[in-house]
Amino acid sequence: MKIVVLAKPVPDPAAAAERLGPDNRLDRAVAPTVINGNDEYTLEAALQIADAHPGEVEITLVAMAPANGAETLRKGLAMGAHRGVLVTDPALAGSDAWSTARVLAAALRDLEFDLVLAGFDTSDGVGGVVGPAVATLLRLPCLSSAARIEPDAATGTVRVRRISPTGFDVLEAPMPALVVGTQLLGTPRYPSLKGIMSARTKEVAPRSLADLGLSADGDGAVGGAASRTTVTDKRTPPARGAARVVRGSAPDAAREVAAFLAERRLV
Amino acid sequence: MAAAADGGGTPGIWVIAETNPDGSLAKTSAELATLARTLADGAGTGATTAGIVVAPKPGGAARELATYLPRVIAVVEPVVADHAWGQPAAARIAEVLRGDPAGVILAGAGPDGRDAAGTLLGLLDGAVLVNATAVSWGQAGPQVEMGVFGGRLITTSTFAHGGWKIVTVRPNVVTAVTAASAGSVEMRAASGDLGLPAVRVVDRIEEAGAAVSIDDARIIVAGGRGVGGPEGFQLVQRIADRLGGAVGATRAAVDAGWVPYAQQIGQTGKIVKPQLYLALGISGAIQHKVGMQTAGTIVAVNRDPDAPIAEFADLIVIGDLFEVGRALVEELGPR
Ligand SMILES: Cc1cc2nc3c(=O)[nH]c(=O)nc-3n(C[C@H](O)[C@H](O)[C@H](O)COP(=O)(O)OP(=O)(O)OC[C@H]3O[C@@H](n4cnc5c(N)ncnc54)[C@H](O)[C@@H]3O)c2cc1C
Ligand SMILES: Nc1ncnc2c1ncn2[C@@H]1O[C@H](COP(=O)(O)O)[C@@H](O)[C@H]1O
Repeated sequence: MKIVVLAKPVPDPAAAAERLGPDNRLDRAVAPTVINGNDEYTLEAALQIADAHPGEVEITLVAMAPANGAETLRKGLAMGAHRGVLVTDPALAGSDAWSTARVLAAALRDLEFDLVLAGFDTSDGVGGVVGPAVATLLRLPCLSSAARIEPDAATGTVRVRRISPTGFDVLEAPMPALVVGTQLLGTPRYPSLKGIMSARTKEVAPRSLADLGLSADGDGAVGGAASRTTVTDKRTPPARGAARVVRGSAPDAAREVAAFLAERRLV
Repeated sequence: MAAAADGGGTPGIWVIAETNPDGSLAKTSAELATLARTLADGAGTGATTAGIVVAPKPGGAARELATYLPRVIAVVEPVVADHAWGQPAAARIAEVLRGDPAGVILAGAGPDGRDAAGTLLGLLDGAVLVNATAVSWGQAGPQVEMGVFGGRLITTSTFAHGGWKIVTVRPNVVTAVTAASAGSVEMRAASGDLGLPAVRVVDRIEEAGAAVSIDDARIIVAGGRGVGGPEGFQLVQRIADRLGGAVGATRAAVDAGWVPYAQQIGQTGKIVKPQLYLALGISGAIQHKVGMQTAGTIVAVNRDPDAPIAEFADLIVIGDLFEVGRALVEELGPR
């Protein structure tokens, strides 16, 4: 079975150093880059499928990112993915969701797969639309909000537990299919020392736009210049004032909290 | 706007409606409908608004939506009764829209809304702006605000595209207000091939005792690792009951199995914007902060005065959450 994990290199939210450049595009040079949190969950799900079927599962990471994305993907390879494909091209800087989906779909057309896994959303985009858009462009069934992924190679189908407002819906579709995964898939493993060593020799194949048969201009252009949305303005939200600090006995503190809530008409 | 760019027709502002499990209209869809009217006012003469409901029995939700919009198209699609909603619904919505000049599509930013938006993006070859916290009408179309970088920055974006413009909108961005008069409902039978694979629902698993949803709660009382276990969360629940709020949690509490994932707030949980956020035993890690920092008022109880949450709370009680929590239950009295 072949599984592709769409893994986006994003600025590390924990570093809180993200910023926009003068062109109002994400300054991808400034912040340390990590694999998007939700994409680590889907990678973990793929690795668990591989663990359950030793030797039968091949996992490929696919990303669209600047060239240094190869180093970010290395962590996913150290966790156990077998290889990576990095679509990288200067013309892709500033791509919108539509471009991104087109590029990822083109990259997938060049690969063999039974399952494509996308994350619920990205920490830098928070859209959650790229997965369903890629599925649509490739006419794949889309199984979203997955808490569990169970492919069955024998029947060629995949079952997914989709989070619903009242519990879970169990979805089933023929493969190849695209699954959008969530944190409930499981805590991502740490790379082992052996994994880190072997990741060094794993391949991250670079792909340019031309390699994918796409172009940054003309009909059907993708990339920053063809972006269909523009950031026109930015502002910093007003800072909260310093917190009122309450110490003392619990009853006194509770009384002060209740008074504070009443003052703000919250009770 | 689009009418001129595309050379014809009146641009529409379309609302993609979602339904609750009982078939009624989702609260966020009423909000989107209200927003659509405001945008049409901003767009001026010629702008029209309409809603689309795709369901096995769309009538009820469609009539409800028509209290907000002049025109509602209800597509009867039996397939979505036992198939995942997003793909087949979007395919039917695209059929409705294809005959019209490219306009604006408003969808929810939740799980179903994003599935529909992403699918429509592919089907209509459109453009999308996501996760809007405010939408207004600019010079040439919708102007969309969203919080980025964990809320440290608010950006405004516009479309540079003559085709379909899709916006996913967060809950509680506007307050739903019905229109002066009710609109019409046009029922349509779905027919013909979907053109997209439909994903079968083979089983539905109900989780016992689903809690009050945090999605659009006015007040959230949230607990973290400091709450210590399910028993501790009973105290959190009691405080929430006294305040008329919902219970939220950090990932630490969810990972420990004390609280279901549906109640997790943060980067890989939900983003919420209640009027009051009361945090008990929560350190305020950045991945949690991004999910709640736009709350109106933030009150924290933490025994560590140096916990990061002290930096973005409006009031912090330095003390034991169990002692302070029980005293607060007393102080607030029965609701
Ligand atoms: C990719 C990724 C995604 C993540 N997504 C999320 C997310 O969506 N949501 C989220 O919340 N986290 C998320 N996290 C985890 C996040 O980094 C923190 O680990 C988590 O938020 C900590 O939860 P906590 O505040 O409950 O626990 P802790 O950080 O352990 O804090 C517990 C606090 O309770 C206080 N305390 C303890 N006992 C008491 C007492 N008796 N009385 C008063 N105070 C007490 C302590 O002083 C401490 O400040 C994510 C992490 C990663 C890497
Ligand atoms: N540049 C990218 N490279 C690889 N995967 C991506 C990229 N952008 C989005 N994705 C995938 O699509 C999911 C949703 O992204 P988004 O719609 O941007 O929130 C992510 O979790 C990834 O799995």
